[in-house]
Formats: sequence, C-alpha cells, structure tokens
Amino acid sequence: MEAFTTHTGTAVPLRRSNVDTDQIIPAVWLKQVSRTGFEKGLFAAWREDPTFVLNDPSYEGGSILVSGPDFGTGSSREHAVWALQQYGFRVVIAARFGDIFRNNSTKMGLLPVVLPGDKVEALQAAVEAEPKLEVTVDLVERQVRWADEVVPFEIDDYTRWRLMEGLDDIGLTLRHADDVATYENGRQPWLPTTV
Amino acid sequence: MGRTLAEKVWEQHVVRRAEGEPDLLYIDLHLIHEVTSPQAFDGLRLAGRKVRRPDLTIATEDHNVPTVLGPIADPVSKTQVETLRKNAAEFGIRLHPMGDAGQGVVHIIGPQFGLTQPGMTIVCGDSHTSTHGAFGGIAFGIGTSEVEHVLATQTLPAYRPKTMAIEVSGELPVGVTAKDLILAIIAKIGTGGGQGYIVEYRGEAVRKLSMEGRMTICNMSIEAGARAGMIAPDETTFAYLKGRKHAPQGELWDQAVEYWKSLRTDDDAVFDKVVEIDASTLTPFVTWGTNPGQGLPLGESVPDPESFDDPVARSAAERALEYMGLTAGTPLREIEVDTVFVGSCTNGRIEDLRSAAEILRGRQVKTRTLIVPGSMMVKKQAEEEGLDEVFKAAGAEWREAGCSMCLGMNPDTLKPGERSASTSNRNFEGRQGKGGRTHLVSPQVAAATAVTGRLTAPADL
Repeated sequence: MEAFTTHTGTAVPLRRSNVDTDQIIPAVWLKQVSRTGFEKGLFAAWREDPTFVLNDPSYEGGSILVSGPDFGTGSSREHAVWALQQYGFRVVIAARFGDIFRNNSTKMGLLPVVLPGDKVEALQAAVEAEPKLEVTVDLVERQVRWADEVVPFEIDDYTRWRLMEGLDDIGLTLRHADDVATYENGRQPWLPTTV
Repeated sequence: MGRTLAEKVWEQHVVRRAEGEPDLLYIDLHLIHEVTSPQAFDGLRLAGRKVRRPDLTIATEDHNVPTVLGPIADPVSKTQVETLRKNAAEFGIRLHPMGDAGQGVVHIIGPQFGLTQPGMTIVCGDSHTSTHGAFGGIAFGIGTSEVEHVLATQTLPAYRPKTMAIEVSGELPVGVTAKDLILAIIAKIGTGGGQGYIVEYRGEAVRKLSMEGRMTICNMSIEAGARAGMIAPDETTFAYLKGRKHAPQGELWDQAVEYWKSLRTDDDAVFDKVVEIDASTLTPFVTWGTNPGQGLPLGESVPDPESFDDPVARSAAERALEYMGLTAGTPLREIEVDTVFVGSCTNGRIEDLRSAAEILRGRQVKTRTLIVPGSMMVKKQAEEEGLDEVFKAAGAEWREAGCSMCLGMNPDTLKPGERSASTSNRNFEGRQGKGGRTHLVSPQVAAATAVTGRLTAPADL
C-alpha cells in the first residue's frame, strides 16, 4: 500500500451521520472482480441529488472527507475504501467509525481519523466558510491542523508505523511462519476440516 | 480474576503476542463467497502465494444468485460467480455452487454442516459472520485485504476488542421473537453502541432460545456496531451439533463437549460494559427509519424528529422520514407495504419458515410475498414438512436458496418507492434496491403483514 506520513489538501464536509457502506458504494457496484473503477460508484445514489456536497464545484479536488458520526457502518465491503481512494480521498475524519471499515482503511492506506464531535463540527464549519481552506493531516505528529487550530488524534503505534512505512501485512505475518506452524501442531484434535 | 468467554476463546487462538503489536490470531474456519474474494485471489496470484489451509476454507455462491431456477441472466453477476468457481478449482477449495444440495447463504450452511462449533475463530468477508458466535466462538466479518491475509497465512493480526455483556432477564412473551429482542437491543444502544466490543448475550431469555434464535441475535450484532456477538454453548448447542456432518464423533465428541462446557464466562469475570434489558416487557418490534437503530414497538407511531434531544439523531430522523415517505405521528400499524420478504442470514432458517407458515396456513397474502430458504438444506427440510405447500396455497412465492432481497445484488429487488416488510438485517437507503423502503421485522410480523398488507402482529389477525 501507499505510505502515509502527512497530507495537506482541501476538505469536503459531509453533514450526514450513519454513513453506511451501502451508501458509500451501493451493492450493484460490488459485482466487479477487478480492484479499479469504483470511483464512479462512490455515493452513487446521493450523487444523483444536484445539491449533494460532491456535486458542489467549490469542493472539487477535496482529498479529506469530514463526516458526521458513524461513518462506514454496516457491510464489510472493502470496495468502500477503494471507491473513496480512487475518487481522490486520502483521509476520512469522523467522530466514530464502523470497526470493519476502519480496519479495511488502514490495510489500504486510507487514513481514518477520529476527532471529537465538536472538532469535526468546527472543521466542517470552517470548510463551509472557506472551501479552499488548507487542512493538514499529520500522522507523524498525530495532528489535524487548519487555520489556527491544532487538534491531536489518537492512533496506535503499530498501525501508525505500518501506514508510515506502507507495509504489507501478509509479508509481516509470513516472517512468523514458524510460529504459525507450531501453533497448528497443537490444535485441538476435534476441530473440523472442510474436507 | 476470572475470564469472560470472549477472553477464553481469544487466548486459545493467539499464535504470537509481542509488546506494542496486535496479537496474531489463528483462524479455524474461513468462509468464502463470490463478492469479497475475487480481488483477494488476484492478490495471491500476483504475489505467487498459495492458500495455506484449503482444508479450513469453504466457499458458496449466495449474494448474486437468482432465487428462481435457471442460469444467471446478468453477465456481470455471472462473471463474478464463474470467477469464484475458477478460483476455488485453482486453489483447491471446496465449493457449493448453485444447484448443489449444500449451496446456500454462507452463514446458514456453516452451522448446518456442523462446521461452526463452540470455541472456534471464524471469519468471512461478510459483516454478518457474527452469526456464528451463537455457538460460543469468536466470529467476525473482514474486508478483502484480510480475506487475502487469511488465505495466505490462516491468521489475522488483531487487537482484542473490549467486552460487553448484554444481560437479558425475564422471558420473551408469546409472539415476541429473537428478532424483536435484537431490534430492541439495537434501538437501545444505537448503531454505534457496540463499536470496539465483542458482545456476549446472556441471561434467562437467551438461554431459552433455540440455536436458530441465537443465530438471529448474534447475526445482527454488527448492526449495533459490534464486530462479534457470542453466546456461551450449552445443551441446546450440543444437541444442535450432534450428528452433523462435520461435528466430532465418538471419543472426540466426548472430549470436545468436555472442553466446550468450560467455555463460559467465569462468575468473577468483569466486562468492560454491561447493558441490561428485560425481555418480559417486549412486544413485536419494527424499524421506521433507515438504520437498524431507528426502531420501535409496533404499537407506537412514527416519531416526530423534534422529539429527539440529540441534534445528530434529530437530523437523521428528519432525513429518514423523508426517504421513507413517512409522516410523524402515523401509527406504525397503518403503514402499507408492497412486498414481504422472509429469508436472509438473519431469518432464513427452518424455524423462521415454520413460524411464518404457521401464520399463513389457511390464509391468503395481499402483497407480493417472497419466501426464500437460506440454504438448499433448509429448502429440502421445509418441503419435507410441507411448508412449501402452505406458502404456495397462501399465494406466496416459494424460492430457491440465496441472499435474495436482503441486498440489491441479484434479481430480487424493490423498485424505487416500493416498501417492504423484511426479515433481513439492514434498512439502509437503497439496500433492497435503489429507492426501496425497508421495514425490518420478525418472520411472524412479516407473515401477518403479508395477510393484511399493513405492518401487523400475528395477534392482530
């Protein structure tokens, strides 16, 4: 995956809560067997509304999505992450994320940033007042910065390190293949196989 | 200090633990379906990797399949299903394709084969994998990157979630089901209430549930934000498993049961969070909005958004009413539906079909009514019991196994503006087809609603 250290760009305020992954990428888009082309399906139903924020030219080119709480709930579809990335987003900021979405994001190098609800609200308001406001998401310092604001965020050291190095989890795990083999030899004898 | 059930199962599966890193967790069973796996197999091919344990992996076709006999008409769906067949053959994975006697929704067939057992770790590229926790294991949904990781290594790096107990006291009243209970729980704790937790459902009402009911509860854990839900195994669990194709036999069965009996939360264990709910006060529950937490007892009315103190909940309610085409104050019982769907990994099991048939026996449906068994095994059993004849006589459609109208990936969808009473798990905007409006209900309420054409409890008939 692409390494993430710090990113500066403009933001898109998404004033919705419970943004489930069915909204981020509707199921009809999940029939593809490739990993590309999902940007066309991003928020496909909502984008039909001309007033939807992604249709507002003032936010064109935004790379930081700032959403209401409970972003990425529901279905485990990683296609939601691919769609956001392929559309051009590098960061999603929200007060709460669905666990699976958050996990999928960190596997792909899309940074999910949890900020307190009032800070999300403040950032949305700042961006609405000034759509071309420069926003920096700094994974090294664990900060989101805009105008005079500096807001810290939490992320565990291991995930941060993986993101900053752009490391592939499978490669990391395969270094411990011996541990896996040892564990396998001690598994309970009644556990089923699919054979 | 004692340990919770979740902690016991987790510790049993730690392959490697290192300071400052997630645990490396061994995965006992990996379920595969056509939607979230193609890019994972591509990844393996690109890296020249194999599937480490094809013998702990099983695949089925469910999301895309039509539920009427015949080939898949949509060429894109067809390609996806054919891709799974190609991948299963190339990597040596057992597959139950359309038409096979073992085919069905991934979370229905695992338990039916006896592959889902207490104390196991089970994953699948599907958020409703939480279903399998009903047997007392840790089961959770993963994304495609993690599917690839499990295929390649049979492990996953993960931090252990916090533990939550949901204590359900009292007894469910007659006509109130596991589905009503879980909808009430989600309405109580919210769609984000379970985020970061493994939930253990406990208490008298849970102990009295059948395995089917327990699976319905655990299935919808994800709708409360919890990645996994679990219920300690007991005699009900053992009785369900005994004699199933992949359940242990002979001496191994005895050994397994002895171990399984240790899989309960110790009396002195401490949960990170405890939620209490009294089952005896519940009545049939339905959703009115566009997330599973927006639900109420059927006897109530569509809420006024102004009645919500929290501004986020208020604006979500406003938007939901607009999408759902509902007016605040309308009694839920007056909401008319166009379609009734009984099926899905939430409510597509034999017990669900029996309870719907009981209500439809000798009655006629007023709406389009789809009865979709969760698997071909469920279908066969239902037909042996004559349930198909009951449904057909009532004017309902008796279908082949699949995910069907739970999600808009196959021909079973709602048209824009159409409204359903659905036994599935998600009432998200467009979930059952673009512009479709979904009310989540139990199989009993679904059947009664089919008879009247309005949201109805069986007791109203």
